[in-house]
Amino acid sequence: MEAKNNNLLLEVKDLKTYFYSETGIARAVDDVSLKLCEGETLGIVGESGCGKSVTALSIMQLIPNPPGKIVSGEIHLAGRGDLTRFTEKEMRKIRGNEISMIFQEPMTSLNPVFRIGNQISEAIELHQETTRKAVLDRTIEMLKLVGISSPEKRVRDYPHQLSGGMRQRVMIAMALSCNPRLMLADEPTTALDVTIQAQILDLMNKLKEEVGTSIVLITHNLGVIAEMAQNVSVMYAGVVVENTDVRTLFANPLHPYTVGLLTSIPRADHGAGKKRRLNTIPGIVPSLLNLPVGCRFSDRCSHVHEPCHKWEPPLAYPKNGIETDHSVRCWLHLTPPDEG
Amino acid sequence: MLILLLTLELEYGDWLTVRKRFFGKNLKILLGAILVALNIGMAVFAPFLAPYDPYQQDLMHRLQPPVWSDKGTWDHLLGTDNYGRDMLSRLIHGSRISMLVGLSAMLFSGVLGSILGMLAGYLGGRTELVIMRVADAQFALPNILLAILIVASIGGSTLNLILVLGISGWVIYARVAFGLMRSFKERAFVQSVVALGARDTYIIFRHILPHMIPVLTVVSTLQVAQMILRETALSFLGLGVPPPTPTWGNMLAEGRNRLWVAPWIANYSGIAIILVVWGINMLGDGLREHFDPRAKEARK
Repeated sequence: MEAKNNNLLLEVKDLKTYFYSETGIARAVDDVSLKLCEGETLGIVGESGCGKSVTALSIMQLIPNPPGKIVSGEIHLAGRGDLTRFTEKEMRKIRGNEISMIFQEPMTSLNPVFRIGNQISEAIELHQETTRKAVLDRTIEMLKLVGISSPEKRVRDYPHQLSGGMRQRVMIAMALSCNPRLMLADEPTTALDVTIQAQILDLMNKLKEEVGTSIVLITHNLGVIAEMAQNVSVMYAGVVVENTDVRTLFANPLHPYTVGLLTSIPRADHGAGKKRRLNTIPGIVPSLLNLPVGCRFSDRCSHVHEPCHKWEPPLAYPKNGIETDHSVRCWLHLTPPDEG
Repeated sequence: MLILLLTLELEYGDWLTVRKRFFGKNLKILLGAILVALNIGMAVFAPFLAPYDPYQQDLMHRLQPPVWSDKGTWDHLLGTDNYGRDMLSRLIHGSRISMLVGLSAMLFSGVLGSILGMLAGYLGGRTELVIMRVADAQFALPNILLAILIVASIGGSTLNLILVLGISGWVIYARVAFGLMRSFKERAFVQSVVALGARDTYIIFRHILPHMIPVLTVVSTLQVAQMILRETALSFLGLGVPPPTPTWGNMLAEGRNRLWVAPWIANYSGIAIILVVWGINMLGDGLREHFDPRAKEARK
């Protein structure tokens, strides 16, 4: 329940990013709206293929243009304007500088032929004009900040000399070297083992305080969300299906998909009762080229009823939603057009 | 080259091991490197090695056979041509042109082709379309024909020759660079650098190019041999460096009409060409093998 009085840092409005191919149009992001305030961590949760990464890439304007395109929508960065209207040159000033991004695979995200010190220095040199010594000092400072011991020596290491966790730390160092206001983290810990995952998440939280960066954390892991995020948006098949603060999401999930995600988390006491099988959500994610008519989740939903097949619900506040800022995209909680 | 030889020595200090690996990759590099080094040495030190001035005519002693023949003398180890010019000296000086033209043409076509290939691979779209279609079109033409066409229009000189050979050779670099760029472009570290706000040229030349150097080196080495052969062909046809400059191709041309009477005019330049091209190809092959298994290992 973070104060909503904080300044709005990033606002995504009705974003639509489509990919055009010979087999059809894949609506990877189809009307997504997000809000992130300063000092906050926004979690975006969803299965593979729901559009989380494409949303992040859209914010960075990194969607490859031949197949993909931001069709409509606005991305407002406080103090800078609508990023969708920016030229490539203007975006390059933003990337790494005001908004930076870290990716899922630390093992391959560093150039194997350059020393890590070089790569961090590069991140600095791309945006700041300073002396070589200042850059080197800052590089060592960043390595220290992300918790790498003996930074003066490690500066000369090559990526293959580092473990996965350390490489991710280096990536974080690169991302934060210019003190960006916003960091997009696309599944930063998915490729790491659990203990390292915990360390990296702690590090990210600590850095959020120290550097003053706000985070958009993309993950499919609800445990990570519980740890890190203040607000959560749940995505499915290209749309946000539920949006609220983290406590409310876990305490009172409204959308059947969210409920399904929460109940499908394996628990240590699961086999105690008669039920041995894990809970799953039946069916599979629909192909983006061939979405069901009406609600996208209708073919997998256990609460599906008539309006679900006719109209796609909007993301809106149910009866008491405005108070807790809890919006949902579901006819169970909203009034369909043909009733009252 | 020195580094290669040093590496070989460090890895295979034991000569027995070398002999056991008679057809191993390192022997290729070694032999090839030796032949190439000899040739380069010959080219560089030509003025000191050649016993005579290659242009100096001595009509009293024309058409003398090499020293091991009946009428040969120790004065002219490989005999003389029909102007009385010493064949050994001409051979040695000829290596200069071959090396110069070979290396320069390789550099020119290499830089031109690699850059075009990289741009086509990275930028895609219209750039890719234009560059690769032009490459395909040129590749369909026999390059000797192209070279003849160009030389016939602008005339023959060493510089023109290098230009012509350079233009005839860029396509292979472009294709290789294109393929490599397409595959490297998708690597995760490229995405990371883009996310940091780097410009395209920066990414291409600073981040991706270093990965392409091993393959491009191998292609370049093999292309030097190609360039030497093409220079030979052009000179043979009279479209290369104009006489009296000694080039191996010119010497072949001059010797062609006298093959029965004075075979030494053509033969020794022919043998020299064979040895150099063989050496270069071996070196290139050896380098390719050297880089390949390493690349496979490094990816583990």
